[in-house]
Amino acid sequence: MAQHESDSLITTEVSAAETARSEIPDETVLRAEELDVYYGEEQALDDVTIEIPDRKVTAIIGPSGCGKSTFLRCINRMNDQIPSCRVDGSLAFQGKDVYDEDVDPVALRRKIGMVFQKPNPFPKSIRDNVAYGLTVQGKTENVDERVEESLRAAALWDEVNDQLDSSGLDLSGGQQQRLCIARAIAPDPEVILMDEPTSALDPVAASKIEDLIADLAEEYTVVIVTHNMQQAARISDKTAVFLTGGNLVEYDDTATIFEDPEHDRVEDYITGKFG
Amino acid sequence: MSTETDPNSGITGGDADAHRRRDRRIRRLLFGCTSITVLTTVAIFAVLFDNTFNFFYDVRFHEWLIGLVTEFRLFPEQRVAITEFLFDTEWRPSHADDPRFGILPLAAGTLLVTVGAAFVSIPIGTATALYLSEYARPRTRKYLKPTLEVLAGVPTIVYGFFALTFITPNIIAPVAAAFGYDVGRFSALSGAIVVGIMTIPMVASISEDAMSSVPDELRNGAYALGASKFSVSTSVVLPASISGVMASYILAVSRAIGETMAVALAAGVTPRLTTNPLAEIQTMTAFMVDSTRSTMLVGSVEYQSLFAVGLALFIMTLAANLVNDYVKRSYREVYR
Ligand SMILES: Nc1ncnc2c1ncn2[C@@H]1O[C@H](COP(=O)(O)OP(=O)(O)OP(=O)(O)O)[C@@H](O)[C@H]1O
Ligand SMILES: [Mg+2]
Repeated sequence: MAQHESDSLITTEVSAAETARSEIPDETVLRAEELDVYYGEEQALDDVTIEIPDRKVTAIIGPSGCGKSTFLRCINRMNDQIPSCRVDGSLAFQGKDVYDEDVDPVALRRKIGMVFQKPNPFPKSIRDNVAYGLTVQGKTENVDERVEESLRAAALWDEVNDQLDSSGLDLSGGQQQRLCIARAIAPDPEVILMDEPTSALDPVAASKIEDLIADLAEEYTVVIVTHNMQQAARISDKTAVFLTGGNLVEYDDTATIFEDPEHDRVEDYITGKFG
Repeated sequence: MSTETDPNSGITGGDADAHRRRDRRIRRLLFGCTSITVLTTVAIFAVLFDNTFNFFYDVRFHEWLIGLVTEFRLFPEQRVAITEFLFDTEWRPSHADDPRFGILPLAAGTLLVTVGAAFVSIPIGTATALYLSEYARPRTRKYLKPTLEVLAGVPTIVYGFFALTFITPNIIAPVAAAFGYDVGRFSALSGAIVVGIMTIPMVASISEDAMSSVPDELRNGAYALGASKFSVSTSVVLPASISGVMASYILAVSRAIGETMAVALAAGVTPRLTTNPLAEIQTMTAFMVDSTRSTMLVGSVEYQSLFAVGLALFIMTLAANLVNDYVKRSYREVYR
């Protein structure tokens, strides 16, 4: 197997922004240690240990059902909503275990925003959608400026600035997803989790979001789940490969994962031989 | 039947006509059943209108039509002026010397009970729905929802009896006494409370259905933004389900307008134009039950007034239903 020939695997085109980011030394913002997650009897994550760097894009790839979404939901404790879900091990955000007794999940989620696979704008106006996080978090100053800033950051402002009062549901799918991104960044979180944010979109809309993610990484830590290898290769600095059974098999710089992975199973997965 | 070699087998064939005929027969049968409800509604309206005409004039509407065609009798003799019916402030149809037919006291009675009932059923019903849909554990919901439906099925006379023997003497009377007021056996307040209680299950159940059909994606979107459960419930779930919730309010209101036995027992039989909730009043429906039990000459103005009140009631509930339709359309559930 020609592991060292980069053309046998997906090539990583490195953007200027990414090169700039790679200069910054890694500082861990999220650290999972021996993380196990169960849904009732069924184990969805098995002994996951990973350190996610600040202000980088970390991609999570792997076959369906390997626990990518589960891992993401652990980070901002969205799986608190699932009654059968149980978490063992530790997951620290800025050094503090988010499963400690004294952690308020509501406060945690104000630091860690999330964008979902299916665009889910509220049936409210575009402005109210973006302002929602600010409102519930009691950040009532300069709301209009924050809304504009966030819509600009989500590359949506030029398309919607004359219709801020119309419903968020009247936008196209790609615009809705950017609206959801604007909504997530408006309250200025530290981390943004994205669960297959482009899988419901056409390639043009998807590539807009990809560009956006590269920009977001200058200010935010981005953790993105994707099924699209090219996408992971294009936009991420680090890549984590989960394989069936909820195991984190390999975690490294994106270039290494795609050009010279340590495990044959990872290479097989990336080249589409299985999964 | 072989399907592999014969390309026609199974999809053509002589049964097609028979199937079509059977479909047609079934459609006619079902249409026949449907038309029963439509015809009944039309008939009720026709009878009400025909007799209401006889309240205002000395003939029924169809008699007048016949007279018009056969004898050119154009103007029937007036018995009660429409302006009296709409604007007079007295309702005393059986008064020997000076009967008066102003619907205002009865309509006010109905309105007082309906508005009072809405103040009970809407907040409590909405809170119950929010609890069931957003807060209750699945097990709790499993037991509470059917309980609500049982409560909705209790005959209304039982509620009326409950108001008369429990709510008025044990709740309203002591509270009113503490504030220095006196209440009798009947009061608009008692009627309002009991009709309110009676319609809580309707508001709660229909609103809960609307709230639980709000997709979880919306809730998750709000939770992920650091919203508390209360914000999610009130600023996402409630607005997203507003059309169903409003529909439940309007159904409860039209139910309150039409409610009869409970208000007859709780609110009394004295027509009175008042806004005092502690006074005994009479609603439109209570008047109708009350006077069908007394002896009246068929065709007398007093007797015909029943139909006039009935028609007014019909129009009020119809209006509520139209509002319901309008609300449903303008606040359609947009997330689908
Ligand atoms: N709410 C839930 N209740 C019970 N089991 C669940 C739940 N969510 C996920 N699981 C199980 O946990 C495992 C991991 O699921 P998860 O959704 O994390 O996978 P995934 O990697 O995101 O898959 P996909 O790529 O299809 O989105 C699966 O076996 C799944 O059946
Ligand atoms: Mg998933």
